[in-house]
Amino acid sequence: MKKRQIQKVIVGYSFLAPSLILVFTFILYPLVWSIYISLCDWPSFGTPTYIGFKNYINLFRDSRWWRSLVHSIYFMLNIPISILLAMLVAIIMNQSLKGIILFRTLYYLPVISPSIAVALVWALIYNTDFGILNYFLSLLGINGPKWLASTKWAMPAVILYSIWKGVGYNMVIYLAGLQGIPESLYEAAKIDGASSWTLFRYITLPMLSPTTFFLIIMGIIGGFRVFDVIYVMTHGGPGDATVTPLYYIYQQAFQWFRMGYASSIAWLLFVFIFSATLVQWYIRKSWVFGE
Amino acid sequence: MKYNSKMSGKSIASYIFLIFTSFVMVIPFIWMLSTAFKEPADVFKLPPQWIPRPVRLKNFQEVFQFLPFARMYLNSIIVSTTITFGHLLISSLAAFAFTRLDFPGRDIIFLMYLSLLMLPEEVTIIPRYIMMKNFGWIDKYQGLIVPLLLSVFGIFLLRQFFITLPKDLDDAAIVDGASWYRVYWQITLPLSKPVLSALAIFSFTGSWNNFLWPLIITNSDWMKTIPVGLAMFQDLYTIQWNQIMAASTIAVIPVLVVYILNQRFFTQGIVLTGLKE
Repeated sequence: MKKRQIQKVIVGYSFLAPSLILVFTFILYPLVWSIYISLCDWPSFGTPTYIGFKNYINLFRDSRWWRSLVHSIYFMLNIPISILLAMLVAIIMNQSLKGIILFRTLYYLPVISPSIAVALVWALIYNTDFGILNYFLSLLGINGPKWLASTKWAMPAVILYSIWKGVGYNMVIYLAGLQGIPESLYEAAKIDGASSWTLFRYITLPMLSPTTFFLIIMGIIGGFRVFDVIYVMTHGGPGDATVTPLYYIYQQAFQWFRMGYASSIAWLLFVFIFSATLVQWYIRKSWVFGE
Repeated sequence: MKYNSKMSGKSIASYIFLIFTSFVMVIPFIWMLSTAFKEPADVFKLPPQWIPRPVRLKNFQEVFQFLPFARMYLNSIIVSTTITFGHLLISSLAAFAFTRLDFPGRDIIFLMYLSLLMLPEEVTIIPRYIMMKNFGWIDKYQGLIVPLLLSVFGIFLLRQFFITLPKDLDDAAIVDGASWYRVYWQITLPLSKPVLSALAIFSFTGSWNNFLWPLIITNSDWMKTIPVGLAMFQDLYTIQWNQIMAASTIAVIPVLVVYILNQRFFTQGIVLTGLKE
């Protein structure tokens, strides 16, 4: 009996060994180490010196960091727009119309495309002089802004791009959510003479609320971590109008080689991400169905 | 049909809405393709020229002259396929242990893995970069591949599917004297082809599109992957928009092909991870 017990352990851990080795080497060990690094002054190619919480104290006075945080919160404006649009499209698509697969594919194309490639396309589209966006606007009699070249319009441009890039993902998740709503709920309500608005308001919306909750959480986490599009379209500019936390970490660590300071930013960012998720988690009871 | 005949007017409106919005979704791709085949001067024409005339195929050729783009392509293929196979193997082994085997510590380890799903990459990216430097893995395939071989998401996805497989088959095989390794290889894996395909697509497109890690871990043009190469194009001031769009087209094609050929697995995979545990 004892021997079988030991064998069970051996078999179990032999299946887990590859992932455990990777988790310890590339996640847990770096995780602990990065706490230490964040407490060090580690200039370009030098050796780390322990300086206690100095990085964090400096960080609290670093206006560029706070601005980057504000930018990422501004960027999260894409979440409600993208979610509303995705819900609308998903509900329309869910009416068992023909050709839905084609539409779903088209919506999903931006999601799977390499962000660098499509962000370059959008940089061309946003061009002030010959970009097609301003051309379309001129057809409507609107004199288009300078988009990426303007401190005021660069972030809206990034947001618009991100809605285009991400709405297909939200839509597919909503479609899955819609398919999980039992048809009997609608039938029962219809017998009682409920209008389409009532059906939407009192069945669809609450039944989709766990999905919406999931998408908001993912959106917030993604919003704090936006990087690729910033790197390609604006380089954080003009000025520092679109510097985001992850872009700032990248600059500190890999352009200015201040590993210690960059690590302290990463940890503070993590605290913000974690608290935002936690807050969502606690207020979900007030609006997510079944919680 | 769950909707009655009153729907027809509504469904016409629905189609108009869907056609219009999906057209908006596709315009950037059309513009990319159109620009990729243009003469340099035609890029600036207003009103925009949707169908390039004359068609300039040379753009695609020139992409490969400015940077070692062919080599970058090869790097992307090597890195993405290796990571994909790594994810399939390592995640399925772990998921098998979590769903089929019973041993002390199993549930605690699973909880730990689950909590790692929440951990953003940037917290570990700096020490990982320093590790790579100490290993001498900067600018090497090892550095591009090994740290990314683990997919916690993959473990979770496969676990969700393995749970649904009946255990009777395994038990019968074990009673007949098969080892758990054989059950894994000859029963569980063959039954899981759809979800493995889904994970393969997620992993392949994910690592094909990955930007931040290859950006910091490579120095020489010779070791860069496609997204990093693309981003570099921008900074070459000899380059023109028609060539950049040709390069973008080349970068988008593999993921589009993989996606369109396998999209049913894609959707299944999303439904599996989404929300229903």
